[in-house]
Amino acid sequence: MGETLHFHYDVDGGNFTSAGDASVHVKRKLRQLGFPPETIKRVSIAMYEGEINMVIHAGGGTADVFVSPESVKIVLADKGPGIEDISLAMKEGYSTAPENVRSLGFGAGMGLPNMKRYTDSMDIESELGVGTTITMTVNL
Amino acid sequence: MKISEIRDILGAKVLCCEESLDKEVLSACGSDMMSDVLAFVKNQSALLTGLVNPQVIKTAVMMDMYCIVFVRDKLPSPEMIALAEDAGIVLLATETRMFEACGLLYKNGLAGEKD
Repeated sequence: MGETLHFHYDVDGGNFTSAGDASVHVKRKLRQLGFPPETIKRVSIAMYEGEINMVIHAGGGTADVFVSPESVKIVLADKGPGIEDISLAMKEGYSTAPENVRSLGFGAGMGLPNMKRYTDSMDIESELGVGTTITMTVNL
Repeated sequence: MKISEIRDILGAKVLCCEESLDKEVLSACGSDMMSDVLAFVKNQSALLTGLVNPQVIKTAVMMDMYCIVFVRDKLPSPEMIALAEDAGIVLLATETRMFEACGLLYKNGLAGEKD
């Protein structure tokens, strides 16, 4: 695999059931490509958390994954409400998720910190009322 | 501990992937909060939960777990069973409640965390 592979997904915001399907697909692809299990786990957990976030907070969005022999880059973009205070959102346990999301097993305020923990770099660009783009990279 | 022993200790029904009952589970965790599983679980290969939705299966996929025990008589949907089958994850269902189920497995030698 010399060149960069690109996978694109539309993440359906109205459908909690299908949330995570893109991450499951990426995990399978990386396995087929023979990536180390620990790398695959880091990529898939970070992307899955991001996908869930897009469904809970932003009404869906797009996920683009760029796979090269050196790194896996994940770009999650949405046209949701934006993040008001990024440093607060990065705090473990801080969540703005509605109560019904907690009954689904999410909304503990661990998503963004977890995404940062499992990746080598994470960049958040967010504008209120416009949307959020999160770029994460896992190096090999 | 083999998955088949977990089945026997909890008197659980096997819902899919029966062919993997011989797989060894070294440690397990119990949670209804998938956020916490994704954040705090390390190498546990079995999950005990009372939560029933497709995200339980997907969380287990992400964490490389290969056994899920549904406690307190919770039953997954056919759609969830299909997802688990696809991923090769054994699904068990027991009447036992969470606290007791975790306690029984722990007492029989299953660890909470294994480095």
